[in-house]
Amino acid sequence: MNALDQIFVLAEHWLAGLAPAPVRPLVSMLLIIAGLMAVFGTCFALTTILERKTLGRMQNRFGPNRVGPFGLFQPVADGIKMLIKEDIVPFSADKAVHFLAPLALTVPVWLAFAVLPFGRNMSAIELDAGILFFFAIGSASELAVFMAGWSSQNKYSLVGAMRAIAQMISYEVPLVLASIPVLMAAGSLSLPDIAQAQSGFALGWVPRWNVFTPWGLAGFAVFFIAAAAESNRCPFDLPEGESELIAGFLTEYSGFKYALFFLGEYLGLFAVTGLAVTLFLGGWQAPAQWLEWLPSWGWFAAKFSALIFLFIWIRATLPRLRMDQLLNFAWKFLVPLALINLFVAAVWLKFPAAMPIRWLLCAGLLVVPYVWLGRRWNGVTPKQRQYDYAE
Amino acid sequence: MPNDIAFYLIAAFTVAFAAAAMTLRRLVHCALCAAAAFAGLAMIYLQLDAEFVGFAQLLVYVGAIAILIVFAVLLTRGDEVRPGRSQSSPSWMAGVAVAVLVLAGMAIAILRSPSLQRLAPSAAVAPVKKIGEELMTRYVLPLEMAGVLLTGALLGAVVIAMHEESEVKRPARWPASKPAESGETMSLR
Amino acid sequence: MLGLGILKGLIETWRNFQGGYYDPARLTTVQYPEEKLPPQENARTIPFLVYDGADPLAGMRCTACSICAVECPAHCIVIVKDTVKKPDYLGKMQFHPKVFDIDMAVCMECGVCAEVCPFDSIKMDRVFELSSDNRSMVLQKLDLAKSNDYFRQIHPVEAAAVDAARAEEQRKAQAKKDASPVPTVP
Repeated sequence: MNALDQIFVLAEHWLAGLAPAPVRPLVSMLLIIAGLMAVFGTCFALTTILERKTLGRMQNRFGPNRVGPFGLFQPVADGIKMLIKEDIVPFSADKAVHFLAPLALTVPVWLAFAVLPFGRNMSAIELDAGILFFFAIGSASELAVFMAGWSSQNKYSLVGAMRAIAQMISYEVPLVLASIPVLMAAGSLSLPDIAQAQSGFALGWVPRWNVFTPWGLAGFAVFFIAAAAESNRCPFDLPEGESELIAGFLTEYSGFKYALFFLGEYLGLFAVTGLAVTLFLGGWQAPAQWLEWLPSWGWFAAKFSALIFLFIWIRATLPRLRMDQLLNFAWKFLVPLALINLFVAAVWLKFPAAMPIRWLLCAGLLVVPYVWLGRRWNGVTPKQRQYDYAE
Repeated sequence: MPNDIAFYLIAAFTVAFAAAAMTLRRLVHCALCAAAAFAGLAMIYLQLDAEFVGFAQLLVYVGAIAILIVFAVLLTRGDEVRPGRSQSSPSWMAGVAVAVLVLAGMAIAILRSPSLQRLAPSAAVAPVKKIGEELMTRYVLPLEMAGVLLTGALLGAVVIAMHEESEVKRPARWPASKPAESGETMSLR
Repeated sequence: MLGLGILKGLIETWRNFQGGYYDPARLTTVQYPEEKLPPQENARTIPFLVYDGADPLAGMRCTACSICAVECPAHCIVIVKDTVKKPDYLGKMQFHPKVFDIDMAVCMECGVCAEVCPFDSIKMDRVFELSSDNRSMVLQKLDLAKSNDYFRQIHPVEAAAVDAARAEEQRKAQAKKDASPVPTVP
């Protein structure tokens, strides 16, 4: 059992052991990088086709099912199409910036996978300030969006880029605020420690994951919504909405550069989903004692897949939010809730575990502002418009 | 030795981008090069094992301040230097002289200070927990002052934006007469 | 409360998702070309000429009256009358078309020719897979001729009505012939 659990670690040690001693750390790091790129590249391909099929099923139709069995070779077809497309750069575009923008988006996102713990002892780098690294890298990719929009010398691209950046910045605040209670509870910024801190079972059968506490549930909800907005995912995909702005900041990109943007977006989604699994769903922990025969990376993959399915499900269900609705939602609803969540988590941690009253107290402290803010939100009618008619 | 090589490489990277940020023709390019220089600074922090400061530098400078600069460039349309005009101002010699003087003063002060004769302290291990504890106990006053300053800046920005919005007048109705009463029909003019 | 509408929507899409695997009402896609939609009675595409019996030339109902060519809004029918007369289903001698061409590239499948034909000889077909590598889409008389059995197959209700009307006409003509027999030479 243990060997299966650590199979990737053992394989990497063995392979790195084949290299001569001076270059061993380098070879080890290269192996890990290759492994991560292979796994998440395949995950990207699978996600594109599974998303299309799932969206289709939820919309009472089949997804793509012509290429390969059940359409599973569709990503290959898509990849070939993207690669053989002509790479069109607008005449008045800023060539250097136009070229660098897809790179500036994709490279930081690959970096973010380095700190996620995919299983027991299975994070590529164990940083003391792991989660800070993650958020720093995430914010570095916003500049790439601006570069893409600006260099296309296209009004629509520029407006799309501005909207995308405004959205990403606005939703970074709830994202970080929602993850702070987790850091408080775990007492460390390092992601493997946070995953480890959620081990054990309360009452003998309920896993001690953060999502099973009031502040964890609220934090998970806020984190999930902010994560969807960070990766420009429905219902927050106004920047790339085809009916709004053609393709927003992606308008002037074709062929492989577009594929790189697409890849960067999906990889960002995977990274932030991995973070959500680590922070709130207990990382690689199994939900029950008797289920630990499945290896830790298997549980990570299962929870990861469940969250990706949840993202796809929400994409199939909800319409797109308008820009002002989006920003109002972030600043006037999510940020107050995240701050209140922070306070509630502090209250929770102050009360010892022996007092079940803390459940009621914390739940109440969270539900009341949610309902109140929600009422204010639902009851907001736009101001009556005044029309000046020509007479 | 590898540390030195790394430092020189990172320093060269940072200085190159900072120089580019000053000399490039298009303002947006300058802003992006400045962002790269910030990233170079972050790398220097990381090379000194200051993880928290390095990542905070990335998060704040590259993730927020660079975007702020870029937005400022976008919203005020001073983008390009017209080709043919010189990049530098006419009084560049005075600028160079001042820069040399300041640099010379700083270099002399640093080289003469006794801190260069002291032994380098052992690299302090600063886990994030320790930084947090220090911030909350010993340095809580600067932390709170920084918070108050940032809140003031935020409020100021909101007040300025709000003030501008209420000043926008609605266009007056044309013609400036009252709308037709309910009994009358609209007359063709 | 905020979020209840979202939950209701999520439940509905979930039911769509899992219902699509076993409930045909939830997954209504017809995967053309392997599956085709069941054809409808009054579906129509291009016109065709009906003939009774087995021989297209002998049983063709068309009498080259050219009403369809005149009424066609797109002017896509070209008819040349033959000089030989043949008996129709009532025994009357009628002309036949020597040339009956319809240019399907021009035909707009409006059905006016079928509406105005007094002899129920030109009717609307249901074929839509007309792609070919031949640029010319002019169909000639023999290409257009399809049997009455085919007509009954594709438009059962209309064919039954036409057959009943023609049988009635035949019966009336026969009754008239029996009532006043042609005098035979003694």
